[in-house]
Amino acid sequence: MSITIKEIEHLAKLARLNLSDEEKERLTGEMSGILDFAHKLNELDVSDISPTMHVGADSNVFREDVARESYPTSEILRNAAEADEGCFLVPKTVE
Amino acid sequence: MSNLYELTAHELADKLAKKEVSSAEICENQFKRIDEVEGDVEGYITVLHDEAMAKAKEIDTKRAAGERLSPLAGIPIAVKDNICTKDIKTTCASHMLYNFVPPYNATVSEKISDLVIIGKTNMDEFAMGSSTENSYFKKTKNPYNLGCVPGGSSGGSAAVVSADEAIIALGSDTGGSIRQPASFCGVVGFKPTYGRVSRFGLVAFASSLDQIGPFTKDVEDCALLLNQITGHDVKDSTSLNVPDEDFTQYLNADIKGMKIGIPKEYMGEGISEEVRNAVLSAAKLYESMGAEVEQCSLPMTPYALAAYYMISSAEASSNLARYDGIRFGFRAKDCKDLEDVYFKTRSEGFGKEVKRRIMLGTFVLSSGYYDAYYKKAQQVRTLIREDFGKAFEKYDLLLAPTAPDTAWKFGEKSADPVQMYAADICTVSLNIAGLPGMSFPFALDKNGLPIGVQLIGKAMHDGDIIRAGYALEKNSAYTKTKPQLGGAN
Amino acid sequence: MKYETVIGLEIHAELATNTKIYCSCANEFGGEENTRCCPVCIGLPGVLPVLNKKVVEYCIKAGLAMNCEISHFSKQDRKNYFYPDLPKAYQISQFDLPICKNGYVPIETKNGTKNIGLTRIHIEEDAGKLMHAEFGDYSRVDYNRGGVPLIEIVSEPDMSSPEEALAFLESVRAILKCVGVSDCKMQEGSLRCDINLSIRPEGQKEFGIRSEHKNVNSFSAAYRAMQYEEKRQKAVLDAGGVIEQETRRWDDVKGVSTIMRTKEEAQDYRYFPEPDLMPVIISDEWVEEIRKTLPELPKEKFARYTGELGLSDYDAGLLSGNTGLANLFDSSIENGAGAKESANWILGDISKELNERNMEADDIPFDGAALAELIALIGKGTISGTIAKKVLPVMFEENKKPSVIVEEKGLVQITDEGAIKKIVEEVIAANPQAVSDFKVGKKQAMGFLTGQIMRASKGKANPAAVNKLLSEILPTL
Repeated sequence: MSITIKEIEHLAKLARLNLSDEEKERLTGEMSGILDFAHKLNELDVSDISPTMHVGADSNVFREDVARESYPTSEILRNAAEADEGCFLVPKTVE
Repeated sequence: MSNLYELTAHELADKLAKKEVSSAEICENQFKRIDEVEGDVEGYITVLHDEAMAKAKEIDTKRAAGERLSPLAGIPIAVKDNICTKDIKTTCASHMLYNFVPPYNATVSEKISDLVIIGKTNMDEFAMGSSTENSYFKKTKNPYNLGCVPGGSSGGSAAVVSADEAIIALGSDTGGSIRQPASFCGVVGFKPTYGRVSRFGLVAFASSLDQIGPFTKDVEDCALLLNQITGHDVKDSTSLNVPDEDFTQYLNADIKGMKIGIPKEYMGEGISEEVRNAVLSAAKLYESMGAEVEQCSLPMTPYALAAYYMISSAEASSNLARYDGIRFGFRAKDCKDLEDVYFKTRSEGFGKEVKRRIMLGTFVLSSGYYDAYYKKAQQVRTLIREDFGKAFEKYDLLLAPTAPDTAWKFGEKSADPVQMYAADICTVSLNIAGLPGMSFPFALDKNGLPIGVQLIGKAMHDGDIIRAGYALEKNSAYTKTKPQLGGAN
Repeated sequence: MKYETVIGLEIHAELATNTKIYCSCANEFGGEENTRCCPVCIGLPGVLPVLNKKVVEYCIKAGLAMNCEISHFSKQDRKNYFYPDLPKAYQISQFDLPICKNGYVPIETKNGTKNIGLTRIHIEEDAGKLMHAEFGDYSRVDYNRGGVPLIEIVSEPDMSSPEEALAFLESVRAILKCVGVSDCKMQEGSLRCDINLSIRPEGQKEFGIRSEHKNVNSFSAAYRAMQYEEKRQKAVLDAGGVIEQETRRWDDVKGVSTIMRTKEEAQDYRYFPEPDLMPVIISDEWVEEIRKTLPELPKEKFARYTGELGLSDYDAGLLSGNTGLANLFDSSIENGAGAKESANWILGDISKELNERNMEADDIPFDGAALAELIALIGKGTISGTIAKKVLPVMFEENKKPSVIVEEKGLVQITDEGAIKKIVEEVIAANPQAVSDFKVGKKQAMGFLTGQIMRASKGKANPAAVNKLLSEILPTL
């Protein structure tokens, strides 16, 4: 399956990745190759087969509605590159 | 008199119990070894000397006071750097998490809390790769030949156990990432049945495929470490709600009457002759012990690799979307707006292979392609599971190669991803089907590089694998060699 | 050209559980930023979700109250998109197998009862809050709200006017509050709605292109937004233009909506089944267990109020549509008060007090027993209706029974004819002009004298007795 540069650009946008022209070209080639390989799956008739969503058979795995102490704010923020006065910071968004 | 660091965990546990040695002495000796060879092997991202020595002394004090300790208490263990260790840097070998210090422990980290974590090991970035060459920090070398890869993605954990830089280690396996490096480095590597070991605190790559498992020097250590880390966890909804099992009960070599199948699709052209011979040799050994061994078929095998790459990339693309520099980890500089934060951070934070998988995964899930790729792969997954199901109606165990070949030289493998991915062909099916598997270090190739054979079990029959592995260990002519470290290419 | 309007609504209601949907952090409103968080709800590497059972129960309960089918097999899915308030960069929601399907909510229109269809109700997690600073280049992110459980209620495009949409919103809120799954406090953000509106030429079967307004957070703002959008779309079509499929934002202060996203920029959410969570299988037994816990629903109350209790449709509608008022009403009747009197007090003076005090009916500090007692005091003649109106505000402010208030403040009505006669005679004596006015036929003079008598008795004279005595005495003068 050949994937176009435009599709690569669209995917990169969806995934929030900046790609150089060289990367775009390389990925176009590589992904086309991988998807061609993936087409092997079309040899199988899966029309009556339900997709596996989980390998385990459990269901109704629940938790009781009992509150536990939350983490201190300092722990929550400890790994943030930019934080101030109890909040994470991001550049002001347009919306 | 061998060094303490050359011994197994059960041997050391014995000495500790008999008060012949202290945990502090063991760890001291372990760090001496690390000092000697880590410069060559480069298996660790973080070595925790001070923390480990403090812990060792603490355990010694507890032991002296008669406190109840786990069977492996005080033993040095290395942990793959994608398993969260509270207050200890956990990087996943990625620039993206170069400074991430988890405020919480993975469940397995809690379960090994009276062992001594001596370091966090190197890996392929975010567990994506088969050689540990994709690490942001360093390349780990194969202790058997420093010019060769240790395998991946848990190359660091495999290498440090192989080089006696750790007594035991933990790794993770999504498509073979424990078994293949175990095979390349000549150690025991075990991937449990999906759901037997909690994934809480394992930085997710592919949620429906990932499992944490042991790297050990022998099968008894493997059973002991499995005891330590398996068990239902309420924090992981995919964790199996089954009673705890004592895997040491399987440490008997009694495999008489066991029906063992060798799937022919795993023994074809793509597998090197030496590897095939090792498998056949193991088969003969099993027969001599009273097992029934014959060829069988898993017709869905050719489809597993494609299904695996579709499913794992899709899940990975979603699991890795949280890396954006806002709450933790690397954040790009000079971001003029929010979009910059996202695009620049992710582009600068992720390596090449990770980006490739994210792009592939995004495609597979995207509008218009979901049915043809992701859904189809999950349907094929059902067929693969049924395939194994049929085989296990007849057989108790399957025997196969772990990898098509032995460790390759750095830079030898082509840059073509399809070719690289083909190295996983013997291992991925187990993750797809959620089955347990072990790589047992059975032989060496003509260049002295280790060859592992793979034992594949029925779901929840991890114990049968322990038994069969133990049988090989106790009866094989292959004595465990140690890598000659310091040796040339 | 005459157009008809087609409106569909998506309502997000925060569930009143103790904990968040996927972790055990407390589910509360307000508080300092990032104080109700943990590694799970801020999406740290390695964490996993575990589903709160109560969330499933509440969704089923809401679905039953709104006449839905409950799915036997249900699952959760990931909805992938990037935004700072969404820590994992995906929201765990439900895509194709929601817990509830195919329900309806009845509303009253001028043409009678109309059932507004519900396509589905599903569970999902809320995002955190992004707060835009007044000054500076930064926005601040608070994850306290991240992981709060939501149900999303999706209606069919069955509403044909902003009025119907408003009635629908009010009915849904009344049901959710009555059933106890959400406190529906729009000012706290626990109820939000998205509006899908299109218009089409009268009689045309096909729908027109619709616009979407997201996260309108009060019913009146929603109403205004819908009115505006109707007009806007009509103007576009009348001018020969075409409606674009857009997502718009309603600015209630300025009274206009602006474009947020065009169709081209529409998100590809790449839904796929959540691998970290197991399916939810709902047995018939479980559904019946939950059905048994359903309280009397608003429409059932309405039927009882208009039927057994003989209230007018109007009064019954107001009472049944407000859980707090309905509870007070039922409690008052249980304590012996009459339906009409209870309704009058609740919809009259009590509602007025609530308005003035900016209070919700749920927060009325006295119960039906107290109201019944107040009504009984009037009935017995202990106090007059006028005095009772003075007692009511005190009931709001002080935690005392009406009888105690009446005692303490000495408000017991004077009924003794002798005592009243004395006051009447005193007032007559003090107001000769009024008496002369009365004699020459000025009827309002009697009212004036009545007023003076009430004043002199500090309102405590029994009005009927006053009237009787005045009518007897005046003509004799």
